[in-house]
Amino acid sequence: MSLEINHDRCMHCGACVGSCPQNSLFLRELILEVDDSCVECGICVRACPIEALELKGD
Amino acid sequence: MDLDEGDILECDVLVVGGGPLGSTAARFAAKNCSGRVIVIEKRQEIGSPVRCAEGISLTWFDELEIEKSEHFINKKVLGAKLYSPSGDYMTIGKEMAGDEVGAVVERDTFDKEMAVLAGREGVDYILKASAVDVIEKSGVIKGVKARKMGNNFEIHADLVIGADGFESQIGRWAGLYAALPPEDIMSCFQYRMTNIDIDADYTHFFLGSDAPGGYIWIFPKDKDSANVGIGIQLSKLDGSNSPKEYLDNFIKKNDWLNQGQEIDMVSGGVSVSSPPDRVTRDGLMLVGDASRIVDPITGGGIANGMKQAKIAGEVAAEAIELKDTSEKFLQKYEKRWRKRLENKLWRNYMAKEKAVQLEDEEFDMIIDALSDEDIDEMSTEAILVAVGEKYPELVESFKDML
Repeated sequence: MSLEINHDRCMHCGACVGSCPQNSLFLRELILEVDDSCVECGICVRACPIEALELKGD
Repeated sequence: MDLDEGDILECDVLVVGGGPLGSTAARFAAKNCSGRVIVIEKRQEIGSPVRCAEGISLTWFDELEIEKSEHFINKKVLGAKLYSPSGDYMTIGKEMAGDEVGAVVERDTFDKEMAVLAGREGVDYILKASAVDVIEKSGVIKGVKARKMGNNFEIHADLVIGADGFESQIGRWAGLYAALPPEDIMSCFQYRMTNIDIDADYTHFFLGSDAPGGYIWIFPKDKDSANVGIGIQLSKLDGSNSPKEYLDNFIKKNDWLNQGQEIDMVSGGVSVSSPPDRVTRDGLMLVGDASRIVDPITGGGIANGMKQAKIAGEVAAEAIELKDTSEKFLQKYEKRWRKRLENKLWRNYMAKEKAVQLEDEEFDMIIDALSDEDIDEMSTEAILVAVGEKYPELVESFKDML
């Protein structure tokens, strides 16, 4: 599994960043990044108000 | 301000986050001490994009030394109307609504105005600069590592104020609190709509399963325009519908909305948690959303945060003048803001814990009981007493709050 960020949908609001239990997501102005501390728990996917995040299977 | 790779800046107070609370903490710090105060903001523009429903109270403006300017006030409202799932409603007058209604503002203009007030006190801003880590020496926060337009630099400060909002990294890098559970997070989405048919003298709140664990709001910007938004408790989102889809469904089924046009979109997260045990460390204070100051019932954060930010700025100035930014000294800040805000935050947190369990029929009963009541004060106690007179069984589980 890996977290996929749909940059075309992302509105850079940070709802996922503040919801991430691992502090794996970062918002640098208009770029949302995920680092390798992500444990694919999926909380950010649900927290995103506009479905810009998705967990994809290998 | 241009910065080169490897630059090191020195200041007395560094505020991370150029939102209204960051600017306000910086303003009162600069006003009350002779030290250098810097704000870093990750965006290129203060106040943009807006992440707010923009309904605020005006009761705290004098205390915060802010003029009620028409530059940022769109519309003053008389009160709020609360709607049950069946369509019944109750009206709360302006004097009864506590801190969350009063006016609808342009938050980007308001935020810039707060930066102007800070700038007049000598506060420097560094825009398009993100904090990437805190600098810590022997357990004391000494500044932050940051990045601006591709260049890495450091800002060394005797005191750092984390005003970096819901997604606060500063508080987490500094180990001040754990992650929020999904029950304490609201996922929000909003359109600014125009050409809609609304009663623009009131803010409107729709309760029940249209917005599980939260509500839908209509905050008028003028006679036929409004912020139309939704907040849903994260633990009630199962992945099948996003907050945007919930809001789209609500708009679609209401003729007074679905003829209108969308002219803006806003998304964001809001914490609705109990206040953290600790928001200071040696060399560090957190303010605003970063310190989880949002009212857990209303989801409003500005009124609480602005009051808290003023206290933070004043204590910061004192700490700089006395050359003591230890956590022990910063207890002055903890004590002052908690005395002002903590009881209400706890009470409303407990009320939220109950309210998110209510079913649509129970919301119908509550609004029915309150619609013909004349409540002097829009407090949890007053609501429970009024509802209890008509539906004693409904308030049974809330009894411990009275």
